[in-house]
Amino acid sequence: MSGEKKNMTKSGAFKICKELIMCGLICLFSMSSLQQAYASDVSEGEGFNPGDMINHHIKDAHGWEITHGVVVPLPIILYSEPDGLMIFSSSNFFNNAHEEVAYKGYLLSHEYISRADGQPVYDFSITKNVLFIFIDASIMLLIFFAVARGYKKNAGKAPKGIQSLFEPVIIYIRDEVVKPSIGDNYQKYLPYLLTLFFFIWFGNLLGLIPGAANMTGNIAVTAVLALGTFFITNFSGKKAYWSHIFWTPGVPWWLRPIILPVELIGVLTKPVSLMVRLFVSITAGHIVVLSLVSLTFIFHSWMVGFGSTVIVTLITIIELLVATIQAYVFTMFTSLYIGMAVEEHH
Amino acid sequence: MLLSMLMDMQFAVMGAGIGAGLVAIGAGIGIGQIGGSAMEAMARQPEAFGKIQTAMLVIAALVEVIALFGVVVCFLIYTAGTAAA
Repeated sequence: MSGEKKNMTKSGAFKICKELIMCGLICLFSMSSLQQAYASDVSEGEGFNPGDMINHHIKDAHGWEITHGVVVPLPIILYSEPDGLMIFSSSNFFNNAHEEVAYKGYLLSHEYISRADGQPVYDFSITKNVLFIFIDASIMLLIFFAVARGYKKNAGKAPKGIQSLFEPVIIYIRDEVVKPSIGDNYQKYLPYLLTLFFFIWFGNLLGLIPGAANMTGNIAVTAVLALGTFFITNFSGKKAYWSHIFWTPGVPWWLRPIILPVELIGVLTKPVSLMVRLFVSITAGHIVVLSLVSLTFIFHSWMVGFGSTVIVTLITIIELLVATIQAYVFTMFTSLYIGMAVEEHH
Repeated sequence: MLLSMLMDMQFAVMGAGIGAGLVAIGAGIGIGQIGGSAMEAMARQPEAFGKIQTAMLVIAALVEVIALFGVVVCFLIYTAGTAAA
């Protein structure tokens, strides 16, 4: 009797489930047709596409477009078997009407250079991101040579000018980040870690300037920074570090075939997590700001424009914070990994 | 019918929106817990205010990155969806 009842409630529940699923499907399909009608309506006029606009802003390019139509041409450096090394300006790829044209058999389409005859081309061009790496590096050289001159001139006296601006930051990184995580032998790694911090910090701040490149939000740039961490960690690894990976202490013998690959993957996941974290936080910050800006153009309304301006201002202030914190986090994790590698024993 | 539904990229755009919402819930819970614990810790030890605040901001940034993963994935789905439509 009770079994029958159970069966009945079960079939009842099944029925309700089926009905719910059907309702959901009907809703979805009706929405789909509605959407399609709406989409076809929009596509008749040349609509504003926020996706294309954002992609254009966060991706690398062969010319530096400061505002709409004002493009600084950058050098294109190509190598291919038939022509050898070629260097020319990226403005050759566009005619006076800003249309894409072929130059000496090369064609630039969607920021990808190809040969008309289909042979492979190696592209070593100074792109927008490479230019910003140079700008970042030259700003760092200017500032830190001035700071170093200050230390020579004011030896034993209070810091002056730009020196007193950067001294607290340098001291903070040294005393709060590098020293506690690496330990006694920290001075060997301090120059690299300070360079890393200031390179990422200045890069993040440069990326927030309107018209500038999304340099630290490029996965190739962050990959190279993470590779630096990977090589320094593994080349300075002491006996304790390697024995921890290959012969983890206190593990039963039957667990070793599982632990060993896990530890080996762990060696790789550390730099990969650094790479992805910096890339995502900077790129997504740009995407959020640009999406909020494009709301104005989606709604065609000055009131939305006013609102999005307020929100974008607030988000940009948060981005200033994020720029600093991400540089700090990258430096902190790098010094933690180095600290783990150089630890003698615990 | 089911296949045509699966091939419809507009549903992908819808899914991107739902996914962004779910990620925001997760990140909200995470940042809320960090902020709550930090407030408690500051109330207990006001002299450690600076240290707790720094640690809080760093951990909040780590959680925020998870939310930003959602933003990037949704943006990729959106661009793929609008390119296919």
